[in-house]
Amino acid sequence: MRGLLQFGSVFFSLAIQAPQLRPEAASSIAEGVDHLYFVLTFITLFFTIAIFSTIFVFMVKYRRRADNEIPVETEENLPLELAWTILPTLICAGLFLWASSLYFENSRPPSASTEIFVIGKQWMWHIQHPEGLREINELHVPVGVPVELTMTSEDVIHDFYIPAFRVKKDVVPGRYTSLWFQATKVGTYHLFCAQYCGADHAEMLGWVYVMSPADYETWLSSGTPSQTMVQIGEKTFNKLGCASCHVSEGSGRGPSLVGLYGKEEELKTGEKRLVDEAFIRQAILNPNSVALKNYPPIMPTFRGQVDEEQVLQLMAYVKSLGSEERDSNGK
Amino acid sequence: MSTATIDVHEVPTGSRVNYLNAQYGVKSWLLTTDHKRIALLYLASITLMFFVGGFFAVLMRLHLIEPQGALVQPETYNKLFTMHGVIMVFFFLVPSIPATLGNFLVPMMIGARDLAFPKLNLLSWYIYVIGAIFTLYAVISGGVDTGWTFYTPYSSSFSHTSVVPTALGVFITGFSSILTGLNFVVTIHKMRAPGLTWFRLPLFIWAIYATSIIFILGTPVIAITLFLLFLERVLHIGIFDPAIGGDPILFQHLFWFYSHPAVYIMILPGMGVMSELITCFSRKRIFGYSFVAFSSLAIAIISFLVWGHHMFVTGQSIYAGLIFSVLSFMVAIPSAVKVFNWTATLYKGSISYDAPMLYALGFIGLFTMGGLTGLFLASLATDVHLNGTYFIVAHFHYIMVGGAVMAYLGGIHFWWPKITGRLYPDGWARFAALVIFVGFNLTFFPQFMLGYLGMPRRYAVYPSEFQVLNVMSSAGASILGIGYLIPLIYLIWSMRYGPTAGPNPWGAKGLEWTTPSPPPTENFEEIPVVTEEAYDYAHSTVIRG
Ligand code: HEC
Ligand code: HEM
Ligand SMILES: [Cu+2]
Ligand SMILES: [Cu+2]
Repeated sequence: MRGLLQFGSVFFSLAIQAPQLRPEAASSIAEGVDHLYFVLTFITLFFTIAIFSTIFVFMVKYRRRADNEIPVETEENLPLELAWTILPTLICAGLFLWASSLYFENSRPPSASTEIFVIGKQWMWHIQHPEGLREINELHVPVGVPVELTMTSEDVIHDFYIPAFRVKKDVVPGRYTSLWFQATKVGTYHLFCAQYCGADHAEMLGWVYVMSPADYETWLSSGTPSQTMVQIGEKTFNKLGCASCHVSEGSGRGPSLVGLYGKEEELKTGEKRLVDEAFIRQAILNPNSVALKNYPPIMPTFRGQVDEEQVLQLMAYVKSLGSEERDSNGK
Repeated sequence: MSTATIDVHEVPTGSRVNYLNAQYGVKSWLLTTDHKRIALLYLASITLMFFVGGFFAVLMRLHLIEPQGALVQPETYNKLFTMHGVIMVFFFLVPSIPATLGNFLVPMMIGARDLAFPKLNLLSWYIYVIGAIFTLYAVISGGVDTGWTFYTPYSSSFSHTSVVPTALGVFITGFSSILTGLNFVVTIHKMRAPGLTWFRLPLFIWAIYATSIIFILGTPVIAITLFLLFLERVLHIGIFDPAIGGDPILFQHLFWFYSHPAVYIMILPGMGVMSELITCFSRKRIFGYSFVAFSSLAIAIISFLVWGHHMFVTGQSIYAGLIFSVLSFMVAIPSAVKVFNWTATLYKGSISYDAPMLYALGFIGLFTMGGLTGLFLASLATDVHLNGTYFIVAHFHYIMVGGAVMAYLGGIHFWWPKITGRLYPDGWARFAALVIFVGFNLTFFPQFMLGYLGMPRRYAVYPSEFQVLNVMSSAGASILGIGYLIPLIYLIWSMRYGPTAGPNPWGAKGLEWTTPSPPPTENFEEIPVVTEEAYDYAHSTVIRG
């Protein structure tokens, strides 16, 4: 009984702090998503109430008055059937078009985004800025600037979720996924893992700090990154002996990596593939699967020798060697 | 259905031989091939599983009263939701209506003496039990923590819990579903009474037929998927884990290729029950019979094409997302058509409010909410925000618990007099329906809000700003739990002490009501000849009794 009372009083004191109904909206896409959400809520309420009140009216009006009452048959009504098949079809079509075009817009990053790298690992988030700064479970971004995250996982599937930005994307081992947002409000926001990933899934949390551009610059420089990602990548490149085969003049045993990113390569199998991040990752971890036509398959696999973070650094370096469309790292 | 008036030589239960008292003893039950007895074997087993699964749910809700978790360690919480999900989905809801009401009613509704393969039917039950034992063994041997979805590579390479026994249990029960589905399809095709054409069939039979097709086509896929999982986990053959050359997303494709249709395995039979209840308690032919019948088939077919809507945020291509989204919207339409037709059936009816009808009305309300909130998830832009949050948990509970379980309970209450020959206390039954409805909404409505606010699911601890809504949900869960216990008590009570039921206490149409309650082992003394449409209330005098 005392427990019940205690429970009651805790509940009451919580309930009077009226629960919040709408999550913070702090990204360029949040308003659009919320509009759709509100319209969907309206449709849901409208139909639920319409059906409930119809049922209620029928229940009262046509309640059974005598035990042996037999109602007359209602004629089948084809126009009515068609009407209520077509009406939801139209509503659904409208919703589909709206939701999909919004999604289409929301999924495509503006071309000049700042790139940041994310690695999920049971049970934390590693963030790596191209400038070399690294953070754990914290992500600092400038307000008003589009940011694109390139993400992968060291172990199981995680999911990078920032409710205030209305963005979410799985973080999958063995491949890169990407997600972009443009924060619109300075503040601190939750970062959650939204894909179950084991024991401490619920504690794979972080914070996103949205800062004014000036603050962001200060933050970047105060972090005193000794080296940029490209520099770290170059170091690894030399240390692991990549440089012994990949010589920039193309005179080594492997192909020159200058201008590689964005190029089309022809594989031994005859397949043509665009060199993107997935391709480079594969070349490092599983070179046989992208063996090139005019080279002997002598590149050793580096799986187990480099972790995902080093792969990203190597990639940054390889990209910095120039690419077809954009020069070093899009800058 | 066979004759205009329902007339049965009334013989009091007890003095008459029926399927329950035809033989006595444990052996007579364990070796029975009577579809009605097998239905009761299933009823007992799935009821047990429901309360085991429900017990885990209650523990979870208690735990979530406090943001830092009130009861257990996160590892234990993870096991709780996994075992809850596995048991509720594979061992309660998938077999629920088909294996109990379906088994009991399919032969009776089509005027047959049994299913086409009675021994196979018994075998199905044994397979179910063996599967259940494996899974319960997994629970006892330390539990599993992969989530009922078994996502790889967590399940194949990382989890240290009893994944293999659990998956094996699910794998095994799958065969029970396949065999049951096969049995129903053959029975419905081959054993209908003379005059019972396809378009005279009760809609429950249409729904069971559609469900059986999904059983047969879908279940082998989950069996294969779990087998591949087994290969990777035990023999380290790289299929899903990228560290050994696999593709983790492949698992999700395979898993949802079964599990989305499985959602319809869970709801279609409930829709069938609904059509029976609404017609009986408004004494009307169903409005738009063929629309309702074909919408079941449409749902069964489209449901195989929408699995990708579970994977919008996995990084699947935008275009694949668009296709799965449009198909998902398409499933919504036949579902809406059904709701409209049920509502229209009430029009100018003679509506009574016996307990089964209250469950039916509850179903319409909750299913409507569940279905409409599905639109939020079919809409790509909002799904990105809501996927993986409590919104999902609320949505599927509205469909699976608000919809399917409500229909299941409605059906059990409706056919209980036929099954047991006894009446239960109607007042208590209505009261329970009300408690369940209120408790359900209080439990799961706040979860929609939690999801929109951004609380991810499968969280053993959570930021404190979510506490109010979580406490509301937990309070609702305790009401809901009581709501489920009440019927358990009075139904068991009624088996012994309930007043005896006549052959047709609701004045319902349908061949099953032309037999005495409980029916004799052979169901019909003489195979009936059907001369009229289903639910032809208008052309008969109703005799309740
Ligand atoms: C033993 C010599 C050798 C070493 C060491 C080596 N590679 Fe290679 N690499 C090759 C060869 C040969 C190819 C041509 C593709 C093939 O047949 O595997 C190649 C291909 C590649 C490609 C794809 C190039 C294209 O044009 O498609 C990348 C990227 C690459 N290597 C990166 C690296 C990195 C990074 C390292 C160090 C971690 C490294 N390689 C170490 C020999 C080597
Ligand atoms: C037949 C009835 C039910 C079915 C089929 C069902 C099904 C499920 C499923 C499939 C899950 C997901 C498990 C997972 O994430 O791996 C789940 C989670 C959950 N269910 Fe149920 N459930 C039922 C009844 C209930 C009831 C009655 C309650 C409340 C008392 C409840 C409370 C919960 C909770 C708290 C979770 C965990 C949510 C999370 O952490 O993601 N369930 N249920
Ligand atoms: Cu996680
Ligand atoms: Cu689905």
